[in-house]
Amino acid sequence: MEHKASPLNKKFWTPGVLVMLVFMIAGAIAIIARFTGGIGYVTNLSNARPWGLWVGVDVATGVALAAGGFTTAALAHIFGRHYYEPVTRPALLTAALGYTFVVIGLLIDIGRSWAIWKPMFYWNTNSVLFEVAVCVAIYLNVLYFEFLPIVAEQFKGRVNLPGIMAVFNPLIEMILKIGDAILDKTMWIFIILGVVLSCMHQSSLGSLMLVAPTKLHPLWYTPILPLLFLTSAFAVGYPMVVFETTIITSSLKLDSEMNILAPLTRITIFLLGIYMFLKFGDMFVRGTYIYLLDGTYQTNSFIIEMLLGIMVPWIMLLFEKVRNSRKGVFTAASLIIGGVVINRINVFIVGYKSPLSDNGYFPAPGEIFVTLGLIATLMFIYRIIVTYLPVLQAPKEVSP
Amino acid sequence: MQFSRRNFFKFMGVAGASVAALPSSARAWKSKAPPDSYGCLVDLTRCVGCRKCEEACSEVNKLPAPERADCQCTIFDRKRRPDDKAYTVVNRYFTGKLDQFDNPLPTYAKVQCMHCQDPSCVSACLAGALTKDETGAVKYDVSRCIGCRYCMVACPFEIPAYEYHNPITPKVMKCTFCYDRISEQGGLPGCATICPTEALTFGKRKTILKVAQKRLKENPGKYIDYVYGEKEVGGTSWLYISSVPFEKVNLPALPNKPLPKLSETIQHSLFSYLWSPLALFGVLGAVMYKSNKVQEEPQNKGGA
Ligand code: SF4
Ligand code: SF4
Ligand code: SF4
Repeated sequence: MEHKASPLNKKFWTPGVLVMLVFMIAGAIAIIARFTGGIGYVTNLSNARPWGLWVGVDVATGVALAAGGFTTAALAHIFGRHYYEPVTRPALLTAALGYTFVVIGLLIDIGRSWAIWKPMFYWNTNSVLFEVAVCVAIYLNVLYFEFLPIVAEQFKGRVNLPGIMAVFNPLIEMILKIGDAILDKTMWIFIILGVVLSCMHQSSLGSLMLVAPTKLHPLWYTPILPLLFLTSAFAVGYPMVVFETTIITSSLKLDSEMNILAPLTRITIFLLGIYMFLKFGDMFVRGTYIYLLDGTYQTNSFIIEMLLGIMVPWIMLLFEKVRNSRKGVFTAASLIIGGVVINRINVFIVGYKSPLSDNGYFPAPGEIFVTLGLIATLMFIYRIIVTYLPVLQAPKEVSP
Repeated sequence: MQFSRRNFFKFMGVAGASVAALPSSARAWKSKAPPDSYGCLVDLTRCVGCRKCEEACSEVNKLPAPERADCQCTIFDRKRRPDDKAYTVVNRYFTGKLDQFDNPLPTYAKVQCMHCQDPSCVSACLAGALTKDETGAVKYDVSRCIGCRYCMVACPFEIPAYEYHNPITPKVMKCTFCYDRISEQGGLPGCATICPTEALTFGKRKTILKVAQKRLKENPGKYIDYVYGEKEVGGTSWLYISSVPFEKVNLPALPNKPLPKLSETIQHSLFSYLWSPLALFGVLGAVMYKSNKVQEEPQNKGGA
């Protein structure tokens, strides 16, 4: 396990980064419009459709796709598979950034953004959303703590503020040192806490819709919705790592780390298998397969989710040839991720319909700009951080 | 290195621990309905669509005057819903009923918050901004609201509306059951005081439920033998009786079970005293201790 992460030595302003910048500007304009004209000014939300793209994608999907953080932490640190440690850092960074943006997305979506602290003082323990909010809030801090040693590693012993600020150098140095030492001893608490909190709110995100049985389509409304959300978060964690690692290593021309990714996909067969089993089992037990041929857009969306998002990638991964090819693994991982994205969109948007007052919904351009803008900003910051902090494995220092 | 059999069981052990204990601590869910609350009966056979209740409601709640308050014809061409400017609206429905000259007969139906006995919105609100009062009113306290709109997602009657065009301080808007008025001795909701045909009857829920049942019994054939709201979603403060099927006037068929029951039962059986997170923490801690010991790698586990 003698791997070593290091900052990157690469050019920062690439065409890709410039494209991100364009999306960021469009998103910023839409956000300004939201905070001057109101949610109604930039979105197609209505009284019949209180939650749309922002909750379905920025929040619910964001949380699901950040699952790589706690699943890799569990594997490498808790279950002691240190072999996988090279991917824990990028996964941790994705999770920390992902949750930061989930909270930013929430701040944009809720009507009274400045009041977001209120649930910390006014508790309703009957509310599923209360539990989700508390877990996400604590987990975000846990993620920051877990990330701190990476910052300390880079700056410890070389804090060097310019000019007048230099008087603070010894102080900051000391804080970094002590903080790092304390964290080193207590890190195991944060790691386990992170996994526990993740299990709690990943599942509870599914419980959110249980209170609205008349609004969510029966193909998705099931009492085991929390279990499905949890198992799908488990299943999507490693594919997210595969996806990210492949994109980053190929766009930055680093080692592909296939030696780690290939065994990760073996675990995925098992985890995705559980999710698939529950999904199908649920469909047969509740008899909802009767909807499958009715041809509505909701049913079609369900079929796409099941077929392309679960079955095809699962079968693909059964083949050794796929698992050992960079392209094959990447394709399967992308399909699994797509499947979870569609699932969250289905539960929160496509499958949701207010029977009395529904007036149809498709996200307004403003909503789409905000969502794309947030995603672009996330990628942009990721790029900055891997450029300056030791997150990614240094090229040519391949572990055992 | 492979995903060995041993790892498989480790995973299973942890997953099993968190699922297996699910029902053990489940305490029976109990209704939190107030014992002697108020209610209001709407008799659709008496409503003539004068829309006076809309006007009275706007007045007592300081809302803008209803859209074309005097109009009793073309306004009905469109099905309206309560929104951020009106807590109640009256709609007209042609349900296929004919008068003696074979002209279609209209049925008018007032909509407002039903003030459910075990309201989904109250269960959903994370900050407790919505509460069920002793009077039966479901009250909204804007000082706790964060504007997440989960109450709107939860409400089976699609009642709470939102001030979508207020960028900074929007509120959830819905019928208050005229809480300030009915909590005073002898007070009536604005809408119930004004109704000229006595289509609206306010009183203790138990009493008006009897009134409704008496009317059904004394006028055989006139009404459908059913009090809407007696049992729907565990019961509502507002009750409806009608001569036409309730679904035809947009009163949805709903289960008799209070809708918060399932999610509250799951939440409490999993998280009361935080027993399951603590148990999971313990199991994971043990696994971590063991797996790191086995490999005899005493270096730091975090970050790197
Ligand atoms: S009708 Fe809707 S808003 Fe009114 S109490 Fe019931 S759940 Fe709440
Ligand atoms: S919008 Fe306000 S009242 Fe409704 S659930 Fe959210 S915090 Fe509660
Ligand atoms: S009870 Fe009060 S708030 Fe509700 S509809 Fe009647 S007048 Fe309006």
